[in-house]
Amino acid sequence: MAVEFLLNGKHMSFDGDPDTPLLWVIRDHAGLTGTKYGCGIAQCGACTVHLDGKNRRSCVTPIDTVAGKTVTTIEGVSGPVAEAVQKAWVAIDVPQCGFCQSGQVMSAIGLLKQKPKPTDADIDAGMAGNICRCATYVRIRQAIKDAANAKVSA
Amino acid sequence: MTAVATDRRQFLAGSGLVLGLVLPMRGAKAMAPAGPTFAPNAFVRVLPDNTVSVVIKHVEFGQGPATGLTTIVADEMDADWAQMRVEFAPANDPLYKNLAFGTMGTGGSTAMANSWMQMRNAGAAARAMLVAAAAKTWNVPASEVKVARGVVSHGAKKASFGDLAATAATMPVPDKPVLKTPEQWTLIGTDVPKIDSLIKSTGAAQFTMDIKRPNMVVSVIQHPPAFGGKVKAVDDKAALAVPGVVAVKPIPQGVVVYAKDTYAAMKGRNALKVDWDLSQAETRSTEAMLRDYLAQATNPGTQCEADGDAAKALAGAAKTIEATYIFPFLAHAPMEPMDSVIEPKTGGADFWCGSQFQVGDTRAVAGVLGVPFEGMTLHEQYAGGSFGRRATPDMGHAVESAQAVKALGGTRAVKHMWTRENDITGGRYRPLMVHKLRGGIDAKGAIVALDAITTGQSFMIGTPFFDAKEPFDEAMVEGLTKSAYGFPNYRVGVNVMKNGVPTLWWRSVGNTHTAYVMETFLDRLIELGKQDPIRARLALMKEERAKTVLRRVAELAGGLTAKSGRARGVAFHKSFGSYVAQIAEVSAGADGLPKVHKIWAAIDCGVPINPNVMRAQVEGGIGYGLGHALYAEITLGEGGVVQQSNFDTYRSLRIGEMPDVEVAIIKSTADPTGIGEPGLPPAAPAVANAWRRLTGKVVERLPFAHPSNLATLGGKA
Repeated sequence: MAVEFLLNGKHMSFDGDPDTPLLWVIRDHAGLTGTKYGCGIAQCGACTVHLDGKNRRSCVTPIDTVAGKTVTTIEGVSGPVAEAVQKAWVAIDVPQCGFCQSGQVMSAIGLLKQKPKPTDADIDAGMAGNICRCATYVRIRQAIKDAANAKVSA
Repeated sequence: MTAVATDRRQFLAGSGLVLGLVLPMRGAKAMAPAGPTFAPNAFVRVLPDNTVSVVIKHVEFGQGPATGLTTIVADEMDADWAQMRVEFAPANDPLYKNLAFGTMGTGGSTAMANSWMQMRNAGAAARAMLVAAAAKTWNVPASEVKVARGVVSHGAKKASFGDLAATAATMPVPDKPVLKTPEQWTLIGTDVPKIDSLIKSTGAAQFTMDIKRPNMVVSVIQHPPAFGGKVKAVDDKAALAVPGVVAVKPIPQGVVVYAKDTYAAMKGRNALKVDWDLSQAETRSTEAMLRDYLAQATNPGTQCEADGDAAKALAGAAKTIEATYIFPFLAHAPMEPMDSVIEPKTGGADFWCGSQFQVGDTRAVAGVLGVPFEGMTLHEQYAGGSFGRRATPDMGHAVESAQAVKALGGTRAVKHMWTRENDITGGRYRPLMVHKLRGGIDAKGAIVALDAITTGQSFMIGTPFFDAKEPFDEAMVEGLTKSAYGFPNYRVGVNVMKNGVPTLWWRSVGNTHTAYVMETFLDRLIELGKQDPIRARLALMKEERAKTVLRRVAELAGGLTAKSGRARGVAFHKSFGSYVAQIAEVSAGADGLPKVHKIWAAIDCGVPINPNVMRAQVEGGIGYGLGHALYAEITLGEGGVVQQSNFDTYRSLRIGEMPDVEVAIIKSTADPTGIGEPGLPPAAPAVANAWRRLTGKVVERLPFAHPSNLATLGGKA
């Protein structure tokens, strides 16, 4: 039976292998490639999306558990928090190779929605699941703080 | 810093790079408007819509050539940064070879060094022709025409580059265009915003993994369990029964599973039953290899460099120490695993890849498919990291990908994608290395002798990258050889070991281990002689640029004194022509490992082209170096099976483990050298030196987290 869910506000139906992780439905079937594969075992966070508004590793999320839910990817994320995060990311040139950054941005947005003024410890905990092999971590931390401040001052 | 950040935001706003506007383009070509294009040379394209596209001959995997090379062209052209675009060069050695290699390629931190004059000339020639076009159009002397921020003017007359493109294309190409003097630069030396930050923050940047072609299948591969193994027999029944799997084929590198989507291919691979022939495989464990290496480690080996008589001076020294260092195999683990898309066509193929050897990889694909190189079209993509991994002398991944295409019949488009498990277990590691060090001081504490013997595997000997006339492989000992330090008696020797594990350059190559050896052992000798770590290093340094960065970092950090419960360590290393000194501050972490709070760095890599990108590369180099030195190793168990497979067992640095980094850039006037790699080598020894001063513990076996270290470190925290 087909799995139905909302993907970036649009109705999505998938009737393939119910074991298929959400990541591959998003990438291979919906054709949205901003969400990345990096490990397949929820270790690197490159595949982070929002499931009903919360951070979720799509590589270990079987598609049948998504039925009836709302999925947001980097292509569909919007609103003041998302805008503040992406602006901050660009303003201090966080990305290097860029491959992990969709996941980093999604995790940062999820974190700021939970904790609008995160401490260093909040950032360490909230972003611990996202690996950046280029080690852009100094700037990720700064951009999250800049985004938090921008939101407050806006 | 705050002021700079504010300026940059204004700059961003002013240049139209504001979020919420149209989604960024995926490639300049797709957006190119119809009409005449002014292409004065292989690198510059002025389009009628007034955008200027710079053709980037180097792979962009985060180290910044897309921004850096474009900055050089834009400055010489007096273009406006907002009009600049990038496109990646096709596979074409005559036009786009790395001048340091003779073929297209990126490595050795050469992108800026080899392109510097080439890109300046390309930009200056374009500017001269635009000026000539304006002079002709307005009937005024060229010497009176001005160019600033993309506007060509004479008195009240003004024109954009796009307005002048058609006429400029008819002007003679100047042989030797006049280059700007450094005082005339407006972009070089400034924090020009990176040209790809927006598309990489919004998911719009396209990587090889994102390519989809009509009727394309995805393939994944099962490699042998030990290096050098071969397929004996395959039971593919269960794999073929997985919905979506379309074929299973053995190729020389392993067994390939093809499917309509990625997950089906992976699931099919899990269902494979393969019988392997391991008769020719490397089946030793790393511990067995180490026993072989350690048995050779005191052999003086081939002499690479010698000053005075180290053996005699050691015999006469007042005090001596010695050490045996062990460095593990390390995987590069770029965030995007190795991948490519090949679509055969009549007489050739289209090839999508974040290739680091663009011509070599493309030629390799052509060779396997049996088509002429001229029939190939490379579509170079952004690459999700490399750290050296995407450049292999045998073009291994391109060959494997083409084999996968050929085995399926050679007509269907195939995305050949490694999983993370392929990547971690797939070899091409930084080699396992052993160093034996002996040093001595005189009665006054001055260093009188240093003897360094390196024992390990060469990944250069036997490849086209090694000249068989050379007496030794410099990549094994670089950093110990041609050191910026001078010792009265000094010897470097090397023993080459045979090993079936494929190895490769890994960000900063030989310096990944030689800097650690030199800087930690030197620090111990300095301490033994009761000397000051910075003053003693300054006294040994032969080069003024080395002294300058060391003095600068000491000033930046405010010396080596840390607050209670912490300690600081210093390290210096010269690599790829660039000079880097770092000071690290550490405390004892709860896990028995160093908690690195901050690293200060001073760098001199010639003319700073983009200080912002340079700082980013030093931050990243420190993180990459530290993460591996503290946590990571690849080990082989019984039968030669790699014991790590993914980021759960091959531990990567995470955000809470990243120190603060502060970078000072020397305003050098020397020709630019690299910064993609040189930030890495001093980080681990600076931390090790701080750790020794904090705890008294010497770490000779990396990573710090190795059980043999934790046994002694554990009780400390």
